Amino acid sequence: MDKELRLMKGNEAIAEAAIRCGTDAYFGYPITPQSEVIEYLMSEKPHERTGMVVLQAESEVAAINMVYGAAGAGRKVMTSSSSPGVSLKQEGISYIAGAELPALIVNVVRGGPGLGTIQPGQGDYFQSVKGGGHGDYKLIVLAPASVQEMYDFVKLSFELGFKYRNPVLIQTDGVIGQMMEKVELGPQEVLRTPEEIEKECPWGTTGKKPNRERNIITSLELDAYKMEKFNLKLIEKYKKIQENEVRFEKIECDDAEYVIIAYGSSARIAQKAIKIARAKGIKVGLLRPITLFPFPIKQIRELIPQVKGFLSVEMSAGQMVEDIRLAVNGERPVEHFGRMGGVIPAAEEIVTALEQKLIGG
Amino acid sequence: MAKFRGAIVVDTEACKGCGVCVSECPTEVISLANAVNAKGYNYAEMANPEACIGCANCAVVCPDGVITVYKTKVA
Amino acid sequence: MAEIKLEDIIKEENLVYKKSEVMTDNTLHYCPGCGHGTAHRLIAEVIEEMGIQGETIGVTPVGCSVLMYNYLDIDMQEAAHGRAPAVATALKRTMPNKYVFTYQGDGDLAAIGTAETIHACNRGENIAIFFINNGIYGMTGGQMAPTTLPGMKSSTSPYGRIAEMMGGPIKMTELVAQLDGTHYVTRQAVHTPRHVRKAKKAVRQAFENQTLKKGVSFVEIVSNCNSGWKLPPVEANKWLVENMLPFYELGDIKLNGELVNK
Repeated sequence: MDKELRLMKGNEAIAEAAIRCGTDAYFGYPITPQSEVIEYLMSEKPHERTGMVVLQAESEVAAINMVYGAAGAGRKVMTSSSSPGVSLKQEGISYIAGAELPALIVNVVRGGPGLGTIQPGQGDYFQSVKGGGHGDYKLIVLAPASVQEMYDFVKLSFELGFKYRNPVLIQTDGVIGQMMEKVELGPQEVLRTPEEIEKECPWGTTGKKPNRERNIITSLELDAYKMEKFNLKLIEKYKKIQENEVRFEKIECDDAEYVIIAYGSSARIAQKAIKIARAKGIKVGLLRPITLFPFPIKQIRELIPQVKGFLSVEMSAGQMVEDIRLAVNGERPVEHFGRMGGVIPAAEEIVTALEQKLIGG
Repeated sequence: MAKFRGAIVVDTEACKGCGVCVSECPTEVISLANAVNAKGYNYAEMANPEACIGCANCAVVCPDGVITVYKTKVA
Repeated sequence: MAEIKLEDIIKEENLVYKKSEVMTDNTLHYCPGCGHGTAHRLIAEVIEEMGIQGETIGVTPVGCSVLMYNYLDIDMQEAAHGRAPAVATALKRTMPNKYVFTYQGDGDLAAIGTAETIHACNRGENIAIFFINNGIYGMTGGQMAPTTLPGMKSSTSPYGRIAEMMGGPIKMTELVAQLDGTHYVTRQAVHTPRHVRKAKKAVRQAFENQTLKKGVSFVEIVSNCNSGWKLPPVEANKWLVENMLPFYELGDIKLNGELVNK
């Protein structure tokens, strides 16, 4: 069969992927630069195409709590927003993590803090990978660097979310959300039947059956010792995720003396920077974390013997650089180069930073 | 005219002795016991069982659902 | 009159009232005399009588009734503070043939969850909302609620609620009745057997309405808070009659989507 190719915006790819992979429900609230997700969904009439529920909520807070409700009934459910909206969602995300529910949250990051700008940013890294809301928890965080990955990671997110009963966050940015690229679409999958959902998610609140105890979705525990036991259980789960789910891409690292570490649109610009640097005779490679949590700690450490230093390139004041430093543990210099506030770094700037901060120094 | 006789059974360990049943009983059957349950509550009991007509008002208003009511017709 | 022994009365065939099978055996954690228990029981009885235990999903709030799921033998979700109507919206939208209800206190529904309440009502979600109004924050220890009466003392209005400074009590039930998305709106109480029996009819109506798919059924239950009001249970019920009910008038506010003329 011929491949189904389509030129689409990153945000549209997220929406089309949601419909195609059999998502049961989407709840959202408009915010720039990701409003195309809900606009596309509304125009596609997914309630007719697949039976998918799409609802514009009264706020990001309401939307994430709708996600909680549907996720608690074993539904494939998602929301999307951009930085200020994702801040609002943090309460609900903490409850979702605390109730161990699978769900997908897409953050098309813009410059901050506060209302910030509507241009792309990566300043929400800490919020994405360190929990974000209150309490000890982690999200699985995927960082697409192309419109194709925007499309592919929706399905992947649900697979990981249901595998680990854990919320998954796609952290992308305004560049990838807004840009158009060719996307290879997957087949249209049908929604699971209520019976299939009950079988797959016997913990879901789908109505108590005589053959089972009642199902309760909650993150509340009044006994501190039981709560600690639950915290330990979560830690075990996150360890398993760290062991099994690291995803990354290495580009021109074989002979690299310096390695740039960058994700999302920064990684795309870094590829150009590598070309410029190599033309100047600098042996530099790129390690692109695809999962921000779990972070590719082992893969970074494996590069230590061959490299003289690492450069973290982020559209932030320097957030991922802290995790790289933890991974490298002082064994090599780790520097940061970032533009922020919605400004996108130029490839030449990255090369200059590499020269000044690592090579020349 | 047929008359009814009723009786209540109180789950004395779950009763919290709030006394709402006492004040809502139309025939003054119930009072709080002098004795207490394991939690220290003076539980509800039938002090005047002969007067019970089995109207179930006590059980209907009981916040803790601790009262079971029986009723029978007497000649 | 013929002599009759108690053991002749207390027999299975003479049973006229017992706790609903939909209630679990867990002892309620509420204070003695608290109306929450009665309200829980009504919901359980209606679920049992309608035979919808396997078709009902409840959403509990944050507040005293946060642990409601310990008492009802049905599937339940515990929502973040004020968000129960959003959670219920998603449950109903993804499972339109199930019965979905929220159970919320005055702080949950009328303060932190105002937006979720208003918009679920405005969208006409086919859910039941049970709103327990006792004019105070019970769980956190008797602070002022959005529904605290003017002049009423609480730990955060220790000299009485001063409307000029703190705003006056909000009548959420009258407010949501104005929205096209509500189908049935009523205010009930559970402090006497007569009121309990009426309130049960309202609860039943709220569940039955879900099959009509005509919008929200909103049942306020004016209740007590003996600990927060610092009154013994029977005295609290008297206080409720003398103070709460004149302000929160009982009765139907909207029937079959039409406002009731008073």
